[in-house]
Amino acid sequence: MPRVLLIEDDPSVREGVELGLRRRGHEVRAAETGEAGLAALKTFQPELVLLDLMLPGINGVQVCTRIRETSQLPIIMLTARGDDFDVVVGLEAGADDYIVKPARTEVIEARIRAVLRRLADPGGRPGLEFHGELALDRAGLTAAKSGERLQLAPSELKLLLHLAASPEQVFSRQQLLESVWEHSYHGDARLVDACVRRLRNKIEDVSGSPRYIQTVRGFGYRFGPLR
Amino acid sequence: MIRALKRLGRIGLRARLVAAFLLVAVIAAGTTATLIYQEARSAILQQAQDTAVDQLREQIGAQKVELPMTRDSLRQLSLTVGRQGKPHPWYVYAEYGTLRASNVSQPTSALLSEDLRRRAGANPHGTFQRVVKDGKPWLTMGMPVRLGKEGMQPTQPSGIMVYAVMPLNAEEDTVQAMVNAARDGALPALAIALVPALLAARSVLRPVRDLRRAASSMGKGRLDTRIEVKGSDELADLAWTFNESARELERSVEELQKAEARARRFAADVSHELRTPLAGMLAVTEVLDEDADRLDPDTAAAVRLVSAETGKLATLVDDLMEISRFDAKAAALNLDEVDVAETIAKTLQRRRWEEEVVVGLPDGIRAMLDPRRFDIVVANLVGNALRHGAAPVRVTLRTEELPEGPRVVTEVHDSGPGLAPDVLPHIFDRFFKADAARTRSVGSGLGLAITLENVRLHGGTVRAANHPDGGAVFTVVLPLRPPVAEPLPGEPLSAEPVS
Repeated sequence: MPRVLLIEDDPSVREGVELGLRRRGHEVRAAETGEAGLAALKTFQPELVLLDLMLPGINGVQVCTRIRETSQLPIIMLTARGDDFDVVVGLEAGADDYIVKPARTEVIEARIRAVLRRLADPGGRPGLEFHGELALDRAGLTAAKSGERLQLAPSELKLLLHLAASPEQVFSRQQLLESVWEHSYHGDARLVDACVRRLRNKIEDVSGSPRYIQTVRGFGYRFGPLR
Repeated sequence: MIRALKRLGRIGLRARLVAAFLLVAVIAAGTTATLIYQEARSAILQQAQDTAVDQLREQIGAQKVELPMTRDSLRQLSLTVGRQGKPHPWYVYAEYGTLRASNVSQPTSALLSEDLRRRAGANPHGTFQRVVKDGKPWLTMGMPVRLGKEGMQPTQPSGIMVYAVMPLNAEEDTVQAMVNAARDGALPALAIALVPALLAARSVLRPVRDLRRAASSMGKGRLDTRIEVKGSDELADLAWTFNESARELERSVEELQKAEARARRFAADVSHELRTPLAGMLAVTEVLDEDADRLDPDTAAAVRLVSAETGKLATLVDDLMEISRFDAKAAALNLDEVDVAETIAKTLQRRRWEEEVVVGLPDGIRAMLDPRRFDIVVANLVGNALRHGAAPVRVTLRTEELPEGPRVVTEVHDSGPGLAPDVLPHIFDRFFKADAARTRSVGSGLGLAITLENVRLHGGTVRAANHPDGGAVFTVVLPLRPPVAEPLPGEPLSAEPVS
């Protein structure tokens, strides 16, 4: 069972979520502040971070940015619906997914499994494949550009592998939400857009005129065609 | 006449004021001119005829006549008197019995009327008359010649009559010149009267126009509209009163808005505060559910109740937060272009309603909408139909061309008893329960209110009605593209390949 670091300042939410997850067999370490959470990263070595956006001291978005500076650890934000702006900022900062509070433990656990699953089960053929300057290793779960290893968050890597598995096929944002994030069809498409933006910043030569991940206005996204 | 007055009522204030000013100017100028004309005319003519009559009397008195007169002496008399015409030359006709003589070729004149002859014969001092012949004015005089020395009384009538005819052309020309002068003076006067008329109209109309603008501006909701108060006349009073009323109105509206905002913020705050403890409670309901079996029956029932109600409370708080965001106008529309049939099918599939719902969803209808909000709309309507109506529930989709633009129409039709007429107007009200006996249902009581708000956010409409063949029908009409069609949010607008 995965090791989860929970960073949440409210005691009732912290205790409730910790209790619920532990009951389901997760190893949970709870931190009260962003600073404590960042400190626990090294000692606890979590496989996933559950991060409340509204924290005293350094806030959730800053914690997210700090984690992404050194690690591609899966990060799920805990947020209240209506904190729309914070969600967007958190996604831009590199979070892989978010959960709206209050949520049942089964929902939280399903989301944790989904985020982790995309690393364990990439789908497609094993082996190294090349697209332009990109090299994708589906077995090793790595991507490189011009021979240089790319640092991709789990959602970014899974999105890239999913799109590249069917070059030039257009995927609607709803389809991507279902297959990459395991959300419902009616989920928040901003997840996809934010992830595409982050991915483009890392893999495109000029992120303003993308080559690998292209927008098909009114329909969605596709990989290539590379010319 | 009445119709003319009514038409006048429709003419603008400016036109009416100008017309009134001009009318007054015309009447004033006309009256003055007429009075002056009459006075001057009679004065000029009077003077001419007095001079003429005096001259005639003097000339006749200076003549020495001896009876009996012959034709020659009569002609001599007319020639002598005829030379002395004053103020203008005159024609003189003398008569004695049947003898006629004059200082011109005709022995008598047609200008001399019977009336003049009669009155001249009866009056020893003579008489006169003004006649107009062929448009020309003449003065005609008649005077009897008397015997006896000048200044000696009594004198005796001689039977000789002297008539004089004098043209009054010169006087008439003078009078005509005056008329012309009056007319030539009146036209510029009218033109000049236009200036004060327009100025007066402006001084009245500008405040009126300001007032109209201010009233219309307030009608559009700008309650801080005020008018500049100038001067101290009735219009300034009106402006002052308007400003006072506007101030009062603004104050009351502001208080109402503040009260409403307080109430809404309170609801939002309450929901927000409830959410945090609920987040903790909801996370542990599973623990309660799982272990309830191992507890004694009473405790188990209590634990299950707490768990179930926590779930409902979470739904209620969620819905309250959603409504608060609509009230605070903080609800955002995350538009995306989707296949509408697919979106509806996914809604039914996600809630495992495919078995209970009959669908008529044609492929290929693409619309710009917020998938999450549209999912809520369809789920609320179908859920409502399944709970309160009866199976089968039909969901149909079609497009319509309305004058405002293309619309996508979604209908949810149940096979239940339909909605009572007194329920229909309130069906979208918050916490409205159609059936008083049904205290609490699965929903929060906010489902249809949230549906309505979500549809409105898309710029669409939703209505409830009873189908002629039975059952309730909810119809959602959404624009195929909402008023503000956005590109994919957050996407660069650069020229990218579009296949």
